[in-house]
Amino acid sequence: MQTDRGVTAEKEFQPKIIAFCCNWCSYAGADLAGSGRLSYSADVKIIRVPCSCRINPMFILRAFQKGADGVILAGCHPGDCHYSTGNYFTRRRMTLLFSMLDYMGIEKERTRVEWISAAEGAKFSATMNEFAGEIKKLGRSKRLGDLRCR
Amino acid sequence: MQMIAEKIKEKIKELTENGKISRVMGWKKGLYGYDSEPFVFENGDLRDFTYDAFSGANLCKYMIAQSKNDGDGKILVLLKPCDTWGFELLDKEHRIKRENIYALGIPCGGMVDIEKIKKSGVKGITEISEKEDTLILKTMYGEKEVNKKDYLLDKCLVCSSKEYKDCDELFMTDLCGDTAEYDRFEEVEKLEKLSSSEKFEFWRSQLEKCIRCNACRNVCPACSCVKCVFDNDNSGVAAKANANDFEENLFHIIRAFHVCGRCVDCGECSRVCPQNIPLHLLNRKYIKDIKELYGDEDEAALLTFTTEDKEPSVVYERGKNNV
Repeated sequence: MQTDRGVTAEKEFQPKIIAFCCNWCSYAGADLAGSGRLSYSADVKIIRVPCSCRINPMFILRAFQKGADGVILAGCHPGDCHYSTGNYFTRRRMTLLFSMLDYMGIEKERTRVEWISAAEGAKFSATMNEFAGEIKKLGRSKRLGDLRCR
Repeated sequence: MQMIAEKIKEKIKELTENGKISRVMGWKKGLYGYDSEPFVFENGDLRDFTYDAFSGANLCKYMIAQSKNDGDGKILVLLKPCDTWGFELLDKEHRIKRENIYALGIPCGGMVDIEKIKKSGVKGITEISEKEDTLILKTMYGEKEVNKKDYLLDKCLVCSSKEYKDCDELFMTDLCGDTAEYDRFEEVEKLEKLSSSEKFEFWRSQLEKCIRCNACRNVCPACSCVKCVFDNDNSGVAAKANANDFEENLFHIIRAFHVCGRCVDCGECSRVCPQNIPLHLLNRKYIKDIKELYGDEDEAALLTFTTEDKEPSVVYERGKNNV
């Protein structure tokens, strides 16, 4: 940014946050947040998936590789999955994956799973704002990034 | 051990004469007596057959290819206790044709790591022989006797069980040595207690050694996909060395995740690693987590669930004390 003295000042850190949202609950929840005029951080980029269970651990690593500073998964509440049991599998899978990322020294605050239903527009915006705030505090993700993708 | 090898040979001859088997998957003598390698013995020719303190290799994975053709007759495979766990997994997942295999459980008193002997400063080894618990090292500079226990493979140091699984016959298995008294999760716990940046430093220093030879993948009895994700040309990581630290991390996180819940903790990945990366610590972390979070289940942890499973947030709460 050019200031009036001609000195280049550091730009404010804008985190890149990827939110994988399940089509049936969380994506609709985001929709509701929108139609309810609830704002959430513009740093959050939503990727729609058919079910939270669709998310392969590779997707999460890939997001970090391409420069994401935080990845959040949002799905239906356990028991409410459109495909009956998908999110139960997600729950186990992600618990173990996040535990492993933590074990390898990658900040665990950068990954999260939240259950947000189609009726919870307010929860969606609150969760995203809070997550974005936390990632902003943590700063740029360096431990699992790929310099070639910067 | 030499006595055991001779007895096994006799047993093989007997089985061959009875027409029960047509081939043998065993270990072949190497050039130096400390580099025995997996080999298929055909036509009853057992000249180079050996079973010594360096027969650490797990033979069960060769059974995928060896048991494929029905016309070849039965193959005998020699399995140490920890080898049988991988064998059972392959059988359970239908990766082998069990009817074409004759599995013989053989005794194991712990296997020796030649790298550890070399590291201890012994040079010019020409021959190694065994006498009960001592190894007699013949070198260019004379003879030396060492205690076998001091040079065991890492996987044998934490030997947890001498239980044989899925074998057709057990042979002299009462000669097995004792299991180790070390706790196999000790190292994992030590790592867990480190701070986030210390953990990161540790794994960085280990994984940066990776040359992506794929030996850990190829040897693993749980890694038995016909087409591996790392062979997918579209992945951008197929058939090449890691380009940077991200790819090193990616390979190992994904490799460990793919066997999560199915890993039998045979320790082969660390044994074959030419760079001595302690890969078993990744797999063992998953085993520990599964045990703590989901209890002991027979089924692979990721193939099942309960409605009362812990939320992923348990990961954040667990490590709150150490930042």
